[in-house]
Amino acid sequence: MSRLSKTFENLRARNERALVPFVTCGDPDMATTRDLLLAYADAGADIIEVGIPFTDPLADGPTIQRASERALDGGATMDDALQLIADVRKQTDVPIVPMTYINPVYQIGYDAFAARCREVGADGVIISDLPPEEGPEWVEAGANHGVDTIFLLAPTSDDARVAAVTKAASGFIYAVARMGVTGARSDVPPEIAALIARIRSHTDTPICAGFGFSSANQIRSTCQSSAVDGIVVASALIDRFESTKGSNAQRIEAAASMARELKDATRP
Amino acid sequence: MTQSTLNNAAAVNGAVTDQAVDAQMEESARGHFGVFGGQFVPETLMVALRELEDEYERARHDEAFREELAGLLRDFAGRPTPLYFAERLTKYFGGARIYLKREDLLHTGAHKINNALGQALLARRMKKPRLIAETGAGQHGVATATVAARFGFECDVYMGEEDTRRQALNVFRMRLLGARVIPVSSGSKTLKDATNEAMRDWVTNVRHTHYIIGSVVGPHPFPQMVRDFHAVTGQEAREQSLQMLDRLPDACVACIGGGSNAMGIFHPFIEDKSVRLIGVEAAGDGLDTPNHAAPLSRGSKGVLHGSLSYIMQDRAGQILPTHSISAGLDYPGVGPEHAHLKDIGRAEYVAVTDAQALEALQLLCKQEGILPALESSHALAYLPQLTKELGPSGVIVVNLSGRGDKDVNTVQSALESS
Repeated sequence: MSRLSKTFENLRARNERALVPFVTCGDPDMATTRDLLLAYADAGADIIEVGIPFTDPLADGPTIQRASERALDGGATMDDALQLIADVRKQTDVPIVPMTYINPVYQIGYDAFAARCREVGADGVIISDLPPEEGPEWVEAGANHGVDTIFLLAPTSDDARVAAVTKAASGFIYAVARMGVTGARSDVPPEIAALIARIRSHTDTPICAGFGFSSANQIRSTCQSSAVDGIVVASALIDRFESTKGSNAQRIEAAASMARELKDATRP
Repeated sequence: MTQSTLNNAAAVNGAVTDQAVDAQMEESARGHFGVFGGQFVPETLMVALRELEDEYERARHDEAFREELAGLLRDFAGRPTPLYFAERLTKYFGGARIYLKREDLLHTGAHKINNALGQALLARRMKKPRLIAETGAGQHGVATATVAARFGFECDVYMGEEDTRRQALNVFRMRLLGARVIPVSSGSKTLKDATNEAMRDWVTNVRHTHYIIGSVVGPHPFPQMVRDFHAVTGQEAREQSLQMLDRLPDACVACIGGGSNAMGIFHPFIEDKSVRLIGVEAAGDGLDTPNHAAPLSRGSKGVLHGSLSYIMQDRAGQILPTHSISAGLDYPGVGPEHAHLKDIGRAEYVAVTDAQALEALQLLCKQEGILPALESSHALAYLPQLTKELGPSGVIVVNLSGRGDKDVNTVQSALESS
């Protein structure tokens, strides 16, 4: 059983949902990303997404665009990201999920990328602009190397797509909670409960929702009103880190304390 | 028979149906041209792409749709455009005879209106009240704003901040037409970034918004659909060449940014193996400098804006900045069908520099009394070499894709600083 599957099994046994914080690799530098990632693990994060920056992140809003630009300006590369995961893996067992866009992966090659992910201890991969129609080779590479292929579903996905995507996905399914790009918002996404229910009718694979989660109340309501298995929080944590004054250690502490508070909202 | 008696409606109908048959044969895998193309987009858009694909399939087999489009192309856009013998330019070079396909005479001043009209009719069929577009030189933005006004759509156009400056005249034109122009200040502040931002808008508003992509780029079905809407250019040119000269040309030449005007003129000639198809990319300061926009000449395979093609990128797959004096060619990607035509050797792709394009622009002004767009000037800049290669017995058709009024300020400052 994969590390991701074990994590969700344990969470379900405790009637608890996963908190999945996101870090942009290399924002503003590798050492900070490593410390932030470990601080999230310490704060109770169940899974951590590691964003590998891309020059043209067209599924992302302004916060992650800025984080990606800072990381690329600082020289962050795919190799750095994989090295970071390898380093962190020595210190924590929390599942780590790289998230990126198709082009950097295409350049390495699906099989080689899956092999590298396995080698450094990454558990699954999310590729924002790779729908399963374009991804059979990627699914095969993931299966060969024991790396979960996490696909996305959106409120616009019809039942035929839900059926196809749930078949291709492993580890978990990423439910895009609302129409649009990533970015912190305050409301409970109106379409998420219906989407989760539709996905759940096709599969038992765990489902994590993301896009626009930023507060404990919002996460608590979403967990209460749907059978979601986890909540991804990205922009809100980056915003907290960005807006905190002081040293990097203080900014990491501010973001980690927010993660701790959000984690509490996922407990029964 | 003279040009003016060309049966335009029949030509247009013929264009759309012929493309339909070809397209089905090509698309063994959905939306792929050889290995290129595809649908690399966020999940949120997948259903909208399917809906667009289905609607386009229905529309192109619908007589009423074809007639309405043909009527608009004739009475609103001004088709057919002339195939004009550039007599003095031909004499000047002393080689092959040069014919200009005068897309610059179309309403709004460039070929872009062909596609904007077709997609506006599709948006209306899909009952989407809002249009968005990306634009570089502003010609596609103006075309989209124009059809939005003509049919009563709400319209937002994304344009890189850098381009709003160098194409200020077109920004004002779009606003006059009732469109909102949204300057994009991320990344390189040019066409690539405007496209990112338009995609982000579309992901958010896809339920009531149609995104009129302005070139043969993007996810399937855009490359095929935009090609089909522009193929009327090549259909006419082919027919006109047969009528006027009793023969096909030896070469068709067109500039390539995303590649829409080139695909429009190339496609109806693809089976005519004797006709060379030559695409001219923007070499900017030179292909051996980092400052160019020539992915077919110097790029490598990769995915940008929803399809696999040749793109300008570093070894890690990050997209590289581009440069061209022409805002419409200043883009790191190119349509996937061009990538395929390059790989199978059916089309040739070359590149000319900013300086060569500027020189060609001035030459056409002085020899023919026609001010071409900076984009189209890239195609003209390949004539010195090609007229010589083909010799006096040769015939060349250049797609004069747009007029240069919008570029007067850019040309003036370039000439004054040189």
